[in-house]
Amino acid sequence: MICVQNLVKTFGSFTAVNGISFEVAEGEIFAFLGPNGAGKTTTIKMLTTLLRPTGGSIVLDGLNPQFEQNEARKRFGIVFQDPSLDGDLTAWENMEIHGVLYHLPHRLRHHRMEELLRLFELWDRRNDQVKKFSGGMKRRLEIARGFLHTPRILFLDEPTLGLDPQSRNQLWTHVKKLNETERVTVFLTTHYMDEADRVAHRIGVIDHGKLAAQGTPAEIKQQTGATNLEDAFLALTGSTIRDEEANSADKMRQFARMWSGGRR
Amino acid sequence: MKAIFILWLRELKRYVRSRAQIVASLGNPLLYLLVLGFGLGPVFKRAGNGDYFQFVTPGVIGMAVLFSSIFSGLGLLWDRQFGFLKETLVAPVPRLQIMIGRTLGGATVAVLQGLLICVVCVIAGFRPAHLATVPSALGFMVLIALLFAALGVAIGSGLQDMQGFQLIMNFLVMPIYFLSGALFPLTGLPRVLSYITKADPLSYGIDGMRNMLLGSSSFDPMLDFAVLAIVGAVLLVVGAWRFSKIEI
Repeated sequence: MICVQNLVKTFGSFTAVNGISFEVAEGEIFAFLGPNGAGKTTTIKMLTTLLRPTGGSIVLDGLNPQFEQNEARKRFGIVFQDPSLDGDLTAWENMEIHGVLYHLPHRLRHHRMEELLRLFELWDRRNDQVKKFSGGMKRRLEIARGFLHTPRILFLDEPTLGLDPQSRNQLWTHVKKLNETERVTVFLTTHYMDEADRVAHRIGVIDHGKLAAQGTPAEIKQQTGATNLEDAFLALTGSTIRDEEANSADKMRQFARMWSGGRR
Repeated sequence: MKAIFILWLRELKRYVRSRAQIVASLGNPLLYLLVLGFGLGPVFKRAGNGDYFQFVTPGVIGMAVLFSSIFSGLGLLWDRQFGFLKETLVAPVPRLQIMIGRTLGGATVAVLQGLLICVVCVIAGFRPAHLATVPSALGFMVLIALLFAALGVAIGSGLQDMQGFQLIMNFLVMPIYFLSGALFPLTGLPRVLSYITKADPLSYGIDGMRNMLLGSSSFDPMLDFAVLAIVGAVLLVVGAWRFSKIEI
């Protein structure tokens, strides 16, 4: 479903992604793990047509996203690391715009919107402005929206960041359910190793722009001789803290937190 | 087409729902209108230039339209990191349609904001010289809105952080406003200043509006129209091109 070969992305003299190759099978949940600045988000951006790779090839559902951009875009849904809902609009309106942008016919769109809003337990709040939602509800809505156009692949970039364990648990339950019922391939990143261990069929660990390991959670633990995934992860990526210099997005994030009173 | 429409509608809905923001954005123009309009009135009259309140009204309307339209474009900075924009950038819709929907939405909101100021001006005592040319004044308002919404998109597409936003505000938006003849007549200026005002597209917008509302102007209305239309068209193309290059 996703086939990446020798993918490279450089920004000036800095190599963010350095020749990674991996495959994700149809219907698989693939967790892409790595410390901050390892190249996770850059990889997701390249997979989702937001960044042009410097080298290497990507095939999504048999399509090359660089040349068949619109066709490829119809095949995947994405939940970004930063929120991308319109807080002034209602949950319904946010879904509606997405449906129109993805060319869903009117009746199908509304049918699917109702189905997903009910599944994600947001139906009763569909006419409320999104800015009144809790962090968990916003995340659920974003994921519901990502599923709206029945994508073949769903990308989730740290979807559970900042959520309490209850919301995280519920969110993964929904994602797993849709993965099973609709055979959606899920490509996710997270910093919570227990989540990856529980949800993912296979895992890829990236560090310094290179894949350090890939396999099932059990294989990865076996490879490193660790009893849990967190230890395996630390064994693979070392335990030094990665102090990234804040980029413009981080600065704006700080600004956003200031304005929203610490809530996402 | 549907994509353009729904993105346009989005901007409109956001505007109508943010009442606090509407009131806040009226603050600045009203301050100029009331303080300058009434404050400088006596001096202006003594200098033999007539009623300053009448004179400054088109300028204040232009201010509201300028700020509202250019900010809608600069808002891209925020919208592409934390807003809905990112979502539209991965949608299977040509970037051009997204840019058009957003620019038209921003321009429409700016015109509404200008109309709101018009109403306030009329309540405060403004009277157009000829009712017949008022619709043409509206036409100039639309041109100003489109031009600066496109300029906003062209700049906003490349902005990286909030500091850049401040810079644009202080070194571009404010000069565009102050050098446009919104607050003072463009006749008899020192030569350098007169060249600068002629390079400012807003000068032609305000002049056109003033011509249509009061019958007095510095330039020919056809020149006003031509400059706004041509500069606006160029900026739309530049804005669309810059927008198509956004990478996040």
